[in-house]
Amino acid sequence: MTNPFTASPFVGKTFGVTVEHLTKRYGKTTVLADVSLEVRPGEIFCIMGPSGSGKSVLLKHVAGLELPTSGSVRIGHFDAADPATRNQVHLALVFQAGALFNSLSVYDNLALYPREHREADEAGIRDRVMHALQILSLEKAALKFPAELSGGMKKRVAIARALVMEPQLLLYDEPTSELDPVMSATLTEIIATLREQTAVTSIVVTHDSTLALNIADRIAVLMDGRIRATGPTADFKHHSDPVIANFLNPVIDLQNPRFKQLEQSHE
Amino acid sequence: MKHLLAIIDSIGCALVLLWRSAKHLGTLPRQFPRFIEQCYLIGYTSLPIVTILLFFIGCVLALQSGYSMENFGAKQFIGTLVGLTMARELGPVMVAILVAGRVGSAITAELASMKVYQEIDALVTMNIPPERILVLPRLAAILVMMPVLTIIADLCGWFGGALVSQFTHSISVDSEAYFTALKAYMKPHDITDGLIKAEVFGFVIVLVCCHIGLSTRGGPREIGASVTKAVVTSLILILVLDYFVTKALLLAT
Repeated sequence: MTNPFTASPFVGKTFGVTVEHLTKRYGKTTVLADVSLEVRPGEIFCIMGPSGSGKSVLLKHVAGLELPTSGSVRIGHFDAADPATRNQVHLALVFQAGALFNSLSVYDNLALYPREHREADEAGIRDRVMHALQILSLEKAALKFPAELSGGMKKRVAIARALVMEPQLLLYDEPTSELDPVMSATLTEIIATLREQTAVTSIVVTHDSTLALNIADRIAVLMDGRIRATGPTADFKHHSDPVIANFLNPVIDLQNPRFKQLEQSHE
Repeated sequence: MKHLLAIIDSIGCALVLLWRSAKHLGTLPRQFPRFIEQCYLIGYTSLPIVTILLFFIGCVLALQSGYSMENFGAKQFIGTLVGLTMARELGPVMVAILVAGRVGSAITAELASMKVYQEIDALVTMNIPPERILVLPRLAAILVMMPVLTIIADLCGWFGGALVSQFTHSISVDSEAYFTALKAYMKPHDITDGLIKAEVFGFVIVLVCCHIGLSTRGGPREIGASVTKAVVTSLILILVLDYFVTKALLLAT
């Protein structure tokens, strides 16, 4: 079987992402405050931060699912907020919970995109779908429905579905959350391998420091809706900022636990 | 004032949804399997309840009208009364109410759950407009199935009325006399007016239920809230529209 991906006109073209002074407010709550960053074409860029820091909201702005209150997000030279951008850029988002279509089988989940965009005949679609399933070792799950899959399999199917889209920009929202350590390592390897094979720009939102420190080219740390630090991965292995160092490598201190400190600060 | 603005906003959003769906009208032929699936879900699965309910409504109508009409010697017109009432009013309205409760609630629940579990976001990132594959086939299917369901409902109601008229001792109008009276005063536009009403109701139900489902925000609890809102809104709209559409059709006649 020939590799249907290498035949695609989209393979090889990849885009960078530029976020400029992005602010997002929901009512009086500011979720993102003047966020600026640049993701270079072909790199794996990890956005890290504690829960509630605005990472997923930032990713939704890149995907065009949220509109900025102010500032801009550009994919290449296209505005991410403009729906027409999706005609120019093949963008795929791997959702935290998979967001698979529950009424469709795994095969049909993957085939939906090429069918709706009439990118190939049914034989061509089958080749693409089976190739994506093969990459993620999911051939035996093709006829199963999402409800019959484990959490790890759902994430792999979501990645396979993204792969069928032949993305030029691949976004991952917490790809290793709720997975056991071995499955987390497997998905980390998959993300790195996909970048190796397709040179796709990958933005990974995560709070899994093992994933970020192992495969990211660069990392940004988002805290309270603001970028606290950004730079090459090597800088984050022993970071000089104690808050970031503590976030990436938290020390468990049973003599002076954090929740006690939180209780005291509320009193 | 706040509620009025919310209603106007909702109507505006539903019309925008309709416009966005209409833009994809050209894709309908290649969505034929989805259209057939929706016809099955809307029409075929509603058939048993429509049949049973409208049959008994015809029975009750004949029973009540027989009791009243006997007082002024007009029993022979029971067929006319049941026929016209079913065709012009009860057929389309009762089918619409059943469709709102059965089909409308299912549509809202499905779309709201897709929204809450990010399946709609997934479609958007895949550059597949949700209106194209989720709304348009349903709108097309309801336009085909509402007249079919209404005709079946009318027939069931007429036969229910005929049975009661013949076998109820106090009425005793045989079915031949019943159907002669039904045909004598029934004009083609009485049937078509009912079908037009059914089309309007069905279209509004699906549009409202799709709009409410797709605008659901929050978690699983909001799915239930959206379903309730969709059914209540549909029922109110059916009864309000019933007056205005009837008035317009009578003026046109």
